[in-house]
Amino acid sequence: MPPRKTAAKAAAATPNVSADELKTYYREMLLIRRFEEKAGQLYGMGLIGGFCHLYIGQEAVVVGLEAAAEEGDKRVTSYRDHGHMLACGMDPKGVMAELTGREGGYSKGKGGSMHMFSKEKHFYGGHGIVAAQVPIGAGLAFADKYQGNGRVTFTYFGDGAANQGQVAETYNMAQLWDLPVIFVIENNQYAMGTSVKRATKSPDFWERGAAYGIAGEAVDGMDVLAVKAAGEKAVAHCRAGKGPYILEVMTYRYRGHSMSDPAKYRTREEVQEMREKRDAIEHVRQMLLTGGHASEDDLKRIDKEIKEIVNEAAEFSKESPEPHLDELWTDIYADAAPQNA
Amino acid sequence: MATEILMPALSPTMEEGTLAKWLVKEGDTVSAGDIIAEIETDKATMEFEAVDEGVIGKILVAEGTEGVKVNTPIAVIGEAGEDMSKAEAASAPAPVALETSEGKADAAPATAAVPAQAAAPRTDRTPDWPEGTAMKTQTVREALRDAMAEEMRRDDSVFVMGEEVAEYQGAYKVTQGLLDEFGAKRVIDTPITEHGFAGLGVGAAFGGLRPIVEFMTFNFAMQAIDHIINSAAKTLYMSGGQMGAPMVFRGPNGAAARVGAQHSQDYAAWYSSIPGLKVVQPYSAADAKGLLKTAIRDPNPVIFLENEILYGRSFEVPDLEDFTIPFGKAKIWREGTDVTIVSFGIGMTYALAAAEELAKEGIEAEVIDLRTLRPIDYDTVIASVMKTNRCVTVEEGFPVCSMGNHLSAYIMTHAFDYLDAPVLNCTGKDVPMPYAANLEKHALTSVPEVVAAVKSVTYR
Repeated sequence: MPPRKTAAKAAAATPNVSADELKTYYREMLLIRRFEEKAGQLYGMGLIGGFCHLYIGQEAVVVGLEAAAEEGDKRVTSYRDHGHMLACGMDPKGVMAELTGREGGYSKGKGGSMHMFSKEKHFYGGHGIVAAQVPIGAGLAFADKYQGNGRVTFTYFGDGAANQGQVAETYNMAQLWDLPVIFVIENNQYAMGTSVKRATKSPDFWERGAAYGIAGEAVDGMDVLAVKAAGEKAVAHCRAGKGPYILEVMTYRYRGHSMSDPAKYRTREEVQEMREKRDAIEHVRQMLLTGGHASEDDLKRIDKEIKEIVNEAAEFSKESPEPHLDELWTDIYADAAPQNA
Repeated sequence: MATEILMPALSPTMEEGTLAKWLVKEGDTVSAGDIIAEIETDKATMEFEAVDEGVIGKILVAEGTEGVKVNTPIAVIGEAGEDMSKAEAASAPAPVALETSEGKADAAPATAAVPAQAAAPRTDRTPDWPEGTAMKTQTVREALRDAMAEEMRRDDSVFVMGEEVAEYQGAYKVTQGLLDEFGAKRVIDTPITEHGFAGLGVGAAFGGLRPIVEFMTFNFAMQAIDHIINSAAKTLYMSGGQMGAPMVFRGPNGAAARVGAQHSQDYAAWYSSIPGLKVVQPYSAADAKGLLKTAIRDPNPVIFLENEILYGRSFEVPDLEDFTIPFGKAKIWREGTDVTIVSFGIGMTYALAAAEELAKEGIEAEVIDLRTLRPIDYDTVIASVMKTNRCVTVEEGFPVCSMGNHLSAYIMTHAFDYLDAPVLNCTGKDVPMPYAANLEKHALTSVPEVVAAVKSVTYR
């Protein structure tokens, strides 16, 4: 099922970016794709274990929204989180080393693919329970509003999570308290193996906000500029104190739900068609080439540079030692300040 | 340059698989994403994609081969025109030799075996407040309210949220007066959405605030337990120490009176089994106040289990501007030499009443109030058992996997040779709480039960 046509796509016909910005998005999306391909490879080699959910196909979502964010804005997402971490500037080495469960990983090897965090980059996880990040995101926004710091929180979740009860609870509170939170529904059409139409009879997820008075819209998630434009609108809404905003970003995951998903619930042709006709990276690549903003050689240089970054990350993730056994017993409790009893 | 394509691991548990079918042949050009083979794993048949572009030089494992170990080279891929005929079929399977840490459990904590005749542990018996401190009479309810108010005056990032905490002044009047003093920004009525507001509270804690999340009862917190455990308790560990949830989840816990099965459960043992949580269950008003203040200041998620029946009980509370009681320090309410009774929360009412009755018969019980269940002051319990050689535990919770079960195991491990009788656990019965007054009374533990247990372990 291809993404539905949206109004935002038409808006993107007039690019809202410079050539340099466009190249940056190309670079950032390519980094995510190459990183994820490498992660898939390392999984195949047994260097990454457990669950590993790849973001390939959805790159334009996080890159477009990060382009609309400002320093200090927060983000929180589900277990399909590698793309979000790279897009907000976390170090690919630290992310890859967490995937391999090594000391150099963001969580010292104790979190894994689904559980990474960065206080420095305002990335609040990496949550493994479907939709749990939704009230957490509203809580981050609650803290921002309480502190009056003008920040917004991007709360990402999928079409599967959108059906969870706690999403409804959170919409209600977020609108009731005018929280500066952007609910980003990454609709990649499948909740694991269940297509949207097999899980709900009201498939326009963003429209559910209307029940709570929350504004929102659907966006073409294969068009990074459309995502950015919609993101800017949502950010402006939140920063103006108007409360939450819902963006339903229509996207597509090329790979299985996780590495062990044989993906029998959709045809190979469907995936192939999205890859060939709607690929977000190819879209930007063609814009750069046809607009005369970059030459084939320019793009090859970027490709090479990205390949090197990813290879370095992979090397680091193999060389970084496993965590020391003492790490088993650390970080269970934060130290309390001395009592003044 | 020719590179080997290795047999991939395609599920978390796959060690080997069947190379069911090759979809390419030698000499074919492939690009990244092309399906080159079908592989049967322990779970399903999976399509295997090429990662790089190139030409299939040599197929090393024929289709239909079963038991191909993960990481065995199965084909060689190279650039067009490259000679890859020299590639050999790998004979030895080559599982990745990751160094594992299994079998090196030398960093194990204090659960290792302990010498049977260990010396009695040193215990912290310093008084909770200076001797001679003026005291005032307060109910547990007032003490809890004062604790919150004092901490909210001290720290602007502390706020209270929950159902009916503000305008209604608290379903059990614990937050009475807070809205007037601190305003609607810091005393927040929530919709009736435990799952949602518990998660929102966790997010606020991640974001730098110090939430106090009140549940109208902990029975309703079952809707929120995913956030309490998965989101609040585990994040510090999962983030490698980068961020956690400094917050308090509080409210009445356990049986009130005649409210039936869904409103009467004691969650002490449930929460106490979770690493990353701290768990407090006070009995007296002074402890309720001092421990709640400590809980609010603690940088970890704290479960603060109150009791509706105790809310109205009055106790002497130190008349001090600021006093706290540290976690992990039990209180000995009554010294004795014949038996140790260990309890906490409302269980203390049975323990103390039983001790009085027993004293009339010449049995001197030492009564310990654990006060905090995580951390537990094991040392005070063990030191007492080494003195009395007998122990009875008292709680209202269910008997299976109770706090008493845990304490029995701990005492057996650490003071086995000191025991003159098995440790007995007085608990609620192994039934959902009934409504009928007579049945409810029997479903809880009781003073006669505690007296009987003590007589049993003292062979009277």
